[in-house]
Amino acid sequence: MNASDVVIVGAGHGGSQAAIVLRQLNFDGAITIVGDEPHLPYERPPLSKDYLAGDKTFERCLIRPAAFWTEQRITMRLGHRVAAVRPETRRLEFQDGGELNYGVLIWAAGGKPRMLACPGADFPEVHTVRDRADVDALVGQLGRGDRVVVVGGGFIGLEAAAVLTKLGKRVVVLEALDRLLPRVAGEGISRFYEAEHRAQGVDVRTDAAVECLEGRDGHLTGVRLKDGQVLPADLVIVGIGINPSVAPILAAGAVGDIGVEVDEACRTSLPNVYAIGDCAVQANPFAEGRRVRIESVQNATNQAGVATRHLMGLDGPSPAAPWFWSDQYDLKLQTVGLAAGYDATVLRGDPATRSFSVVYLRDGRVVALDCVNATRDYVQGRRLVELGLRIDPALLSDVEQPLKEFASGQAG
Amino acid sequence: MATLHVSTRAGVAVLVEGKDNHSVMELIRASGIGDIEAICGGSCACATCHVYVDDSFRDRLPRMTEDEDDLLDTSTHRGERSRLSCQLTWTEQLDGLRVEIAPAD
Repeated sequence: MNASDVVIVGAGHGGSQAAIVLRQLNFDGAITIVGDEPHLPYERPPLSKDYLAGDKTFERCLIRPAAFWTEQRITMRLGHRVAAVRPETRRLEFQDGGELNYGVLIWAAGGKPRMLACPGADFPEVHTVRDRADVDALVGQLGRGDRVVVVGGGFIGLEAAAVLTKLGKRVVVLEALDRLLPRVAGEGISRFYEAEHRAQGVDVRTDAAVECLEGRDGHLTGVRLKDGQVLPADLVIVGIGINPSVAPILAAGAVGDIGVEVDEACRTSLPNVYAIGDCAVQANPFAEGRRVRIESVQNATNQAGVATRHLMGLDGPSPAAPWFWSDQYDLKLQTVGLAAGYDATVLRGDPATRSFSVVYLRDGRVVALDCVNATRDYVQGRRLVELGLRIDPALLSDVEQPLKEFASGQAG
Repeated sequence: MATLHVSTRAGVAVLVEGKDNHSVMELIRASGIGDIEAICGGSCACATCHVYVDDSFRDRLPRMTEDEDDLLDTSTHRGERSRLSCQLTWTEQLDGLRVEIAPAD
């Protein structure tokens, strides 16, 4: 059959969740998921954690077993990449020549890792960590040597550095800006993670810009920095963000630039086309209504619920405070809210105890928390973010005061 | 064969084969029951794998950590028998365990 009532492009967290929710809402029409990888939907977070470490098999990363999709009558068209979207005829064209007509399209295509643009970026020993094939290729080359250079001090790079250090590799992390996690965390968190990685044996270098990758006979030998230093390397991991996969949908006329623009119901500007997850840009009440693109499992899952409920004519869920987590060594970082635009931070607890939180404030209101081995603050702080409470920083910094006290005392 | 008894949100009873060292969350998910979101994949970072466990098994289950306890507080459906199924590692001793999937939050 060459048509489906709902076609979901992207077999990641958002796409698979959209299909699952549609069936839970008793949608009876045909559902097709189109994925460019050959695999059934799987969890991506373990790719830079347990799966990379070899502690979790791929089977255990599957979001649902193969039989589930069959039983739920969700058709998988895997290994196909969309070349074009034709909104006037509601048709997708695939790069391999196939076509598929849709009643409603849910664009959940995610993104592809950004690559280095410098000479040497295409050596076979240069890896990214976005999908299973990336990590399998990386793991397949771990025997090549012990010297690993990670380009990019964001979550992916740091999680990979933590795993590879545990595996006995000598890891260098290069960050172009002056601190780790520069775009996602406050300075206190950055410095804490920098110290932690150093204590674990990672050579962390900030303000370190890559000039090029060096090699011999078509294979990597090292990384040359802008200051002229050359770091010998057997493997390079590039973790410098993603480019959202939106070219076909923007070419079809959907409004967007850094992603595809969607409204509060996750509708794009094209008729009958929704977009969700890493590739969608949406006004967010937790960012003062600014349009943001959020790369997280929670956001993809939440937007899958928003789009599918709208499609079914149901009210959407109330806006959820964004949350996120990162596991490195024995440290569990849990984030709630969006810190971007904060103008003050409050430290709760002593980082030396390896359990503390950083509260982010904007105009005196709590907008986000980063909680390191501090699940209680994360759980109780969520309410403060949801309510956007103004709380005296001196009180916030007192660890003897549970955060929930503030929520009950000042709600409304 | 050690068996886990799952009651879905729709009230359907499903028998699931136990597998050592897998979490109850993984067993439920691998059985094809769609109810469990398990957004964090078992990292004990959310509460979307919330279940109610059979009281008579309470002593045989792994003790609840502070993290699990705190995360369960995010659910408006928390009760006496609440657990996060990702934190319940399966062993033969759990043969016959009954869990009920908690309502979605």
